[in-house]
Amino acid sequence: MADTAATAVQGTPGAAHGLPEDPSKRDFLKLVAGAGAIVGAGAIAWPLIDSMNPSKDVLAASSTEVELTPIVEGMGITVMWRGKPIFVRHRTPKEIKEAEDVPLAQLTDPMADSARVKPNHAQWIVLIGICTHLGCIPVGNKPTDNRGEWGGWFCPCHGSQYDTSGRVRHGPAPLNLALPPYAFMTDTKIKIG
Amino acid sequence: MAGLHKSDFQNPVINWIDTRMPIFTMMQKEYGSFPTPKNFNYLWNFGALAMVNLMIMIITGIFLAMNYQPNTMLAFDSIQHIMRDVNYGWLLRYVHQNGASMFFIVVFVHIFRGMYYGSYKYPRELLWILGVALLLLMMATAFMGYVLPWGQMSYWGATVITNLFSAFPIVGEPIVTWLWGGFSVDQPTLNRFFSLHYLLPFVIVGVTFLHVVALHITGSNNPLGIDVKTPQDTLPFHPYYTAKDSVGLCVYLLVFACLVFFAPNLLGDPNNFIPANPLQTPADIVPEWYFLPFYAILRSVPNKLGGVCMMFGSIAVLFILPWLDTSKVRSARFRPIYRKLIWVWVLAVVALGICGANKPEGIYVVVGRVATAYYFLHFLVILPLLGFLERPLPLPESISRPVLGGAGGGPLPGGAAAKPMEKI
Repeated sequence: MADTAATAVQGTPGAAHGLPEDPSKRDFLKLVAGAGAIVGAGAIAWPLIDSMNPSKDVLAASSTEVELTPIVEGMGITVMWRGKPIFVRHRTPKEIKEAEDVPLAQLTDPMADSARVKPNHAQWIVLIGICTHLGCIPVGNKPTDNRGEWGGWFCPCHGSQYDTSGRVRHGPAPLNLALPPYAFMTDTKIKIG
Repeated sequence: MAGLHKSDFQNPVINWIDTRMPIFTMMQKEYGSFPTPKNFNYLWNFGALAMVNLMIMIITGIFLAMNYQPNTMLAFDSIQHIMRDVNYGWLLRYVHQNGASMFFIVVFVHIFRGMYYGSYKYPRELLWILGVALLLLMMATAFMGYVLPWGQMSYWGATVITNLFSAFPIVGEPIVTWLWGGFSVDQPTLNRFFSLHYLLPFVIVGVTFLHVVALHITGSNNPLGIDVKTPQDTLPFHPYYTAKDSVGLCVYLLVFACLVFFAPNLLGDPNNFIPANPLQTPADIVPEWYFLPFYAILRSVPNKLGGVCMMFGSIAVLFILPWLDTSKVRSARFRPIYRKLIWVWVLAVVALGICGANKPEGIYVVVGRVATAYYFLHFLVILPLLGFLERPLPLPESISRPVLGGAGGGPLPGGAAAKPMEKI
């Protein structure tokens, strides 16, 4: 386009100097200029894009401590971590047994209960309380809630059901409730994040 | 099939779009083959630079607004949050902050070029008027942007500038209260300034579009100030001036980068690192450097209303400049007296800037008053008379003729015109 416009008014620029046009030289210049422009545009775009990533203060405020003593057997609580609901549930021996005894072949997203709790703390299950379908918060922390057929959690949005290990057992949700990173500081206190 | 455009583009997708909406043809016509005088010097870069600068300001501003809080309790801290916590927030802010200074440098040079080469004269009066309107919009935008960090200078700058309107009798006080949305600069003021600071740049984009439309109807002026007579006086905009603008752009970005990376607070005021305090005015209160000449005019007049009128008048007089200058010759190259006096005027503006930066005491009062008087004398007395008194030098026959050293028209070899045209 550039060349045609120039030709229309002035004749071929190179020819005017009495120099033969070297096509490979012109191609080389265009490639180098094009590559330079792409790298430059990327270098300019990156700070703008990265400024939308979590800022340092958001990253810093990313751990939550939870005291477990007040949570009675059979009940769960919801705490907030990184702006998300975290379920901390004190399971009854019956619930633990149900979770452990399920054959993995029956599960949509097979995962053993032992892999979802900390060793020697099987009564505590800690989950990110966000339905893996479309992000609603399932109910079931209170014993009086509708906990669904498998006694875990029930999502009111589209009817997904989770068992007492937070594994999906029914409904549109494709995956088990996710596990946040956490550790036991003492037997009665955990730190999430 | 009436109305469909017959497109010359070979690419089938571009051709399909262009047939239905000929934007590609328009771009090719206005920025590709657009005939542009072939004797531009580097001062003709500054319009394109201003356009680039506007884009930089809008883009960095949009990302800053994602992290800024227009709330008197949070504004100052949200700036610190941007500087310390947000990824590359320091870069976004320093580019935006120094971008304002770069924008005024570019625009002041652009305006000076217009004045030196008589670009405001027939038939480009409307183009010039739109340009002065753009300057006013820029000043309003810059002023409101400076208030947003909510430091001491932000707060007291906002107080002083809005109080200018209180000089007008009867309507003055109600106008100031209306501007503030209260009885002092406070939350409603900050909130509306943020809203308007986000809006006005897009108004500037719109008026810039009109500015360019007007330019492309009249065509560009050139260092000789004479009309384009034949196609041999012109070059296609692309690749000749896209390339020349790119050279200027590199230099501009180099200066910009030096400012951002080596001296980001050089042009700022240390008082703005102190959060706004409505109960204490800083000891030395000065506006940003680009407002200093106008601020000096305000202070030079020992009467409140008079000072305000003179300050607004110093911009307003630019609107009627095309009719104040009675000379038919555009370029200062062929106006031996104007060529010297325009520099005296520049000197007066610089002197006003220096006076504005200093306390109005002693010598600065005298210099400020003399410079203010000369500023207006230049426009209101010298320019109207000079058109009759000055004897201009003989104008060249055409743009091609001086370039070719008397050889006249004839087929022009493509690159041959490149060397001598850089001379001013």
